[in-house]
Amino acid sequence: MNWASCLLSGFVATLALSTLLATSQGFGLTRMNLPYLIGTFITPQREKAKFYGFVLNLLIGWVFSILYVWIFEARHMANWWFGSLLGLAHALMVLTLGMSLMPGIHPRMASEEHGPNANRQLEPPGFMALNYGIRTPISVFLAHAVFGAILGSLYHFPGA
Amino acid sequence: MQPSSDLSWPDIKDYGIIGDCRSAALVSRNGSIDWLCWPRFDKPAIFAALLDRDRGGYWRISPAEPVTIERQYVSDANVLETRFTNRHGSATLTDLMPGAPTPSPNRFVPDHEIIRKVECVAGALELEIEFSPRADYGKRPLEIREHGKLGLRMVIGRGAYWLRSSVPLLIDKGSARARVTVRAGETLRFSFTYSEEAPSVLRPLDQSLNDRIDLSVSHWQQWGRRATYDGIYRNEVVRSALVLKLLSYAPSGAMIAAPTTSLPERLGGNLNWDYRYCWLRDAALTIRALLELGYWSEAGDFLDWMLQATRLTQPELRILYSVYGDEAPRERELEYLSGYRGSRPVRIGNAARKQLQLDVYGEVVDAAAQFAFHGGHLDREMQEALIGFGNYVVKNWNQPDQGIWEPRSEPENHTHSRLLCWTSLDRLATLSERGMLSGTPIELYKQHRDAIRDQIEKRAWNEELQSYVSVLDGNELDSSLLLLSWYGFEEAGSPRMRSTYTAIRERLGTPDGLLYRYEKEKEGTFAICSFWEAEYLAMGGGSLDEAHQLFRQLIKYRSDLGLYGEEIDARTGAALGNFPQAYTHVGLIGAALSISQRENGERQLQHRPPTTAEQGFSEAGS
Repeated sequence: MNWASCLLSGFVATLALSTLLATSQGFGLTRMNLPYLIGTFITPQREKAKFYGFVLNLLIGWVFSILYVWIFEARHMANWWFGSLLGLAHALMVLTLGMSLMPGIHPRMASEEHGPNANRQLEPPGFMALNYGIRTPISVFLAHAVFGAILGSLYHFPGA
Repeated sequence: MQPSSDLSWPDIKDYGIIGDCRSAALVSRNGSIDWLCWPRFDKPAIFAALLDRDRGGYWRISPAEPVTIERQYVSDANVLETRFTNRHGSATLTDLMPGAPTPSPNRFVPDHEIIRKVECVAGALELEIEFSPRADYGKRPLEIREHGKLGLRMVIGRGAYWLRSSVPLLIDKGSARARVTVRAGETLRFSFTYSEEAPSVLRPLDQSLNDRIDLSVSHWQQWGRRATYDGIYRNEVVRSALVLKLLSYAPSGAMIAAPTTSLPERLGGNLNWDYRYCWLRDAALTIRALLELGYWSEAGDFLDWMLQATRLTQPELRILYSVYGDEAPRERELEYLSGYRGSRPVRIGNAARKQLQLDVYGEVVDAAAQFAFHGGHLDREMQEALIGFGNYVVKNWNQPDQGIWEPRSEPENHTHSRLLCWTSLDRLATLSERGMLSGTPIELYKQHRDAIRDQIEKRAWNEELQSYVSVLDGNELDSSLLLLSWYGFEEAGSPRMRSTYTAIRERLGTPDGLLYRYEKEKEGTFAICSFWEAEYLAMGGGSLDEAHQLFRQLIKYRSDLGLYGEEIDARTGAALGNFPQAYTHVGLIGAALSISQRENGERQLQHRPPTTAEQGFSEAGS
């Protein structure tokens, strides 16, 4: 594995993903603010949460970049369309499995079963994150496809 | 349950206001929120029954049987309490939009929230709860979705609304309803929130809701009790200050004229305008009220907003702006709404945005001058902006304009506009002479200032009427002429002002102490004009007793909650026009301040040179 290329392309891809999701929010495609959602794992304070969430998202992006690159290496293939396919699969996993598990793993998220309490006051995303806007899945699929495409395009195999 | 169309229209004065300094809601006497625009004052309403009982949308929590109703604000707070009582029992409905900062870094705060709490204090009371939200000023119903214990969710565009209720609500055709009996000691709790960002914050309906109410009360009381006025009208003055605070937009420092649109100036008529914007016309009087009540940071924020928000159009000024300084939206009519008691059309946006109103230059300059005379600092950018306004006035003061009342007719040479042009140049010259402004072409300003004075004295004075008149060479009167003294153009006790006052009272006054603003339109009396009259008397145009007498008469026209609209129906005393109106409350504060200052022998209105009478007061006071 070419670690330098993995980390650099992972950084660029994560920035692109964050930018696309923020743009989607700005244009009203989704209400989801990913840095805020992630940052509230650490603090309920809105502005701090967004900052922490942004940093955490970069770190998570790197972790996923390593996974993507590991698949590229295993398949001896790294290009934009293969990266996009991985991204779409990743998005599907996030939207179904990740979002449904969110109330269970997020320490500040309420659930439909229990409602909000003193510690858990955040709206859960619901199936496919539809609680955050009916077009949220589109944004998430698009952002992850671009994430994968950038990784697939920028990653260089060792010695290449 | 009765359909909403069977409910009679509340009087305008029957509404109370709650808010969070970004948006506001109007709550009727029978516990119905009939007006709410989120996320800010000028956004579309989700409840608009204020303008259409059938399709506007509302959220009502009211007794199923007839009751007596008493209302009050919690002392010095914008937390509304409505007490319903009948032979079966008594319950108190508390309404508020929490405005307090988060008490702990470990708590979430929703972007916007309305808290409603019903507490049964005696016996038992059957209540009806009807929640009927509508999108875009009642244009269409909303789909209400139930999400288990999270509550009910509605979505409009990019915003999500959540209603949480401690009683189960039955969803039916775009509404959620319940009929429930509360018994002594029982409490119903509701939280309605809005957010454009996910995840939204959903608040628990446990004891913490009471804590949030207490915190909000404490927050408002701390603010209200900062008012330095300690005269005999303290309750009225603090309530007015709290209204102004509610109508301010905290993120930018702007202050809107009123939180509503199209409440009619004449019942059944078409004088229905959207007041959810910021009028520069109100600047000088508003800054004076804030400064002299000790609300320095609010005055500074308001001045900053005025000078920053208008930057794109400087040195020209529009007469109204949005809370962020954008041009107010184009005016359009919502034909599908019936209007308040059939007063159509309902308008949103305001066509006055394109009018020329030269008085705004004097208002902004005078506001800045007051800020500086009270010890505030005008930075380089502010100074450049002020000089830009002065230069604009030098070039344009002789133009006809629409004037303070913004009639949708041909421009005229309004005396009030000339007065404010004179004011702007006079204040700039004074600021320069006191070393608070540099780079001023002071001689040029003085030369034009004197020319304006000469013109007003010759052409705005009608020898036959023995009065100043509304337009140059005219023969009609206007209550805004009372402000000739307020801005320091003419002493209140001068023969000309006294005879002008007599003429205004004769032609524009009512036996009950109210004043019409002018002679052109059939509408209600204009509330702030009456407070100008009281202030004019306090400034030396009459005796202190006369000023007190009029002031006491005027406060009889306030609502049971201490609120005023723009106008007062001279026949019935009912409020007319958008409600509550910042301008009227500014007028009340100003009159109370001037009365108190005269009583205490203090200098009045420091933005102008002291008058002979004031020199007398000062000497007496010392």
